[in-house]
Amino acid sequence: MQHTLIAIVENKPGVLNRVASLFRRRNFNIESLNVGHTDRKDISRMTIVINSEEADARRVEANLYKLVNVLDVHDVTNQPAVIRDLALIKVKAGIDQRAEIANLASIFRGRIVDVAAESVIVEITGTEDKIESLVELLRPFGILEMVRTGQVAMLRGGYEPVRHTPGAGSNGFHPEEELEVD
Amino acid sequence: MKLSGAEILWECLVREGVEVVFGIPGGANMPIYDAMLKYPVHHVLVRHEQGAAHMADGYARASGKVGVALATSGPGATNLVTGIAAAMMDSSPVVFITGQVAAHLIGGDAFQETDVTGITLPITKHNYLITRADEIARAVREAFYIARTGRPGPVLIDICKNAQIEKTEFVYPEKIELPGYKPPRTAPKKDLIKAAQMIKESKRPLILAGHGLLISRAYREMQELAHRAHIPVAMTLLGIGSMPASDPLNLGMMGMHGEAYCNLAIQNADLLIALGMRFDDRVTGNLKTYAPHAKKIHVEIDPSEVHKNVVVDLPLVGDLKAVLTDLLPYVEEARHDEWFAQINEWRADTDERDIIYWPDDGKLYTAHVIRSIWEATNGQATITTGVGQHQMWAAQYYRFEEPYRFITSGGAGAMGFGVPAALGVWFTDKSRDVWVIDGDGSFQMTQAELATIVQEGASIKIAIMNNHFLGMVRQWQEFFFESRYSATYLSGPDFVKLGEAYGIPARRITKPEEVMDALRFANQTPGPVLLDFWVEQEEAVYPMVPSGADLHNMIRRPKRQQVASAQATS
Repeated sequence: MQHTLIAIVENKPGVLNRVASLFRRRNFNIESLNVGHTDRKDISRMTIVINSEEADARRVEANLYKLVNVLDVHDVTNQPAVIRDLALIKVKAGIDQRAEIANLASIFRGRIVDVAAESVIVEITGTEDKIESLVELLRPFGILEMVRTGQVAMLRGGYEPVRHTPGAGSNGFHPEEELEVD
Repeated sequence: MKLSGAEILWECLVREGVEVVFGIPGGANMPIYDAMLKYPVHHVLVRHEQGAAHMADGYARASGKVGVALATSGPGATNLVTGIAAAMMDSSPVVFITGQVAAHLIGGDAFQETDVTGITLPITKHNYLITRADEIARAVREAFYIARTGRPGPVLIDICKNAQIEKTEFVYPEKIELPGYKPPRTAPKKDLIKAAQMIKESKRPLILAGHGLLISRAYREMQELAHRAHIPVAMTLLGIGSMPASDPLNLGMMGMHGEAYCNLAIQNADLLIALGMRFDDRVTGNLKTYAPHAKKIHVEIDPSEVHKNVVVDLPLVGDLKAVLTDLLPYVEEARHDEWFAQINEWRADTDERDIIYWPDDGKLYTAHVIRSIWEATNGQATITTGVGQHQMWAAQYYRFEEPYRFITSGGAGAMGFGVPAALGVWFTDKSRDVWVIDGDGSFQMTQAELATIVQEGASIKIAIMNNHFLGMVRQWQEFFFESRYSATYLSGPDFVKLGEAYGIPARRITKPEEVMDALRFANQTPGPVLLDFWVEQEEAVYPMVPSGADLHNMIRRPKRQQVASAQATS
């Protein structure tokens, strides 16, 4: 099944490489990996989606936790979270097709962000399912190119900066008791 | 005061308590070597950087202090790699300091430029690329802290040449700020109580004693636990020494070449208390049939080791010393006499097969030589080894009463570890009786360090178990490849002449009756001595759990009378 992990990391050279290297070293498959700045200059945030068994997801979490530059790890799978993906889809479209494509896009709360003589670019934000559905509807027109950001995720509600120790508390084996480490 | 980056490096190393470093100078670390002359740190000039890495590793394992190895950029740094990997696999605290080409040249394939932080990323606990002098002090401070705390491991600092030369204000960072690095301390009280309850309910408990007990200096707490609740103790290769060999609760080594009764105890136990060990494939055999009747408690500081190979019932994530100290008050006294009676029954069968009780038949067996070394050193020597048959026999037949006396490359299985590691051990305490029990294959991988030993005047006794084979591979070929000995025969060299070329008194021993005399010679000769034991060529290490087989399905040594009758009929 799909697991979505959030890693809060120090914004230093090589950190992305450390995370990516870990996935290769431990033989985990990344579905998508998104990195970006946070409100703090010195901190970046990664959203990592992996396709794996529950036990492997725990291993990923524990291994990420070991990296010195990783400040915190959260598995937001099955948690109340906002998860979004953004796609740009360039669709073959002459004058006759534009209206229909714009129509489809608006049903999915997407929009056309570029119009050329023979094509349009549709921008859509949403969950993976929603994007997949629109892509399937646009496919008959002819998709020329497509790019996706990969998922980004954020837990709903307040933010609790508690550092978890995977294996002791937050790994699901002892969910009722979390070990706080100062 | 303004200091050069190289001077700042040494200022920091001295503040970390570094007294000895192992390395080789080269183009990209010359400023470091030049500045070194002003500081009270002894430098050991090795002959190959792998030697420096193993020496620093041996020093760290024997003392618990952080070892330090230096190398230049490019090939100097890549030669360290085997030693870094060995330190990583066995959680040894070593700081590696490599020179790097000047920052403005990085990425341009400059002379002796190699992406060392890239290469060592998966085999270090952490690493740094330093491009400016003012980054050095903080990096060194953090590197030592990271290397020795939590689950220890190697940390590499790659310092660009310009950063070594530049001058900057030296400010020693008193405080360490690592927001992403907080090693766990101890387990929740609720889990400790649960663990004590599981111990109380168990009829056939067994402690699996790992390297973590030595690293965390928690072996006395483990011994206390074992004695109070009357629990037998099985040790991993690197856990050897955590329980005195003579302790009646001690079952010796577990795993692929572990004692048969020890492995049978694991397979029949109803509770495994795994302390600072990681259920390596060499100790579990087939995971599907591993300890099928046992509940499992796993005390481990590294959360990524929990449930990695074996899913356990109760993980206690924390520092072993803290967890055991906190656990002991909840543990009640108990007796498990029936369980011990069962184990002793298995043990009797093992004793019957044991080569050590074979009478002298005129042949020189490695097991007998190692037992004689044990006698000649009163069981008090620190032993380093290479990797292979001799390593397993050393683990089986040198009986260690104290911790930190058996220094060997476990996880990485790095041949060539023995000779350089011994020199590292010697530097922790020069009055220590240090012996290398090596194989002729392992020895030749780092034999150049004999020159280093002589240059340092180190009193290290080297005993080569020379069977003219890569013995363990030969054994596998015998057992699993129908005795097709592909590329395992080693013809030489003449190790006595080799020793003499380095100025090391050396002797060859080919008969059992020569052994004790040679060991006396080694003990009485000051400085290094090399002994070349021509042992039985096609001896095998028993028992053996074939790779991936069930732990209880061991290939056992045939009993003596079976061997004798087989010889009579052939």
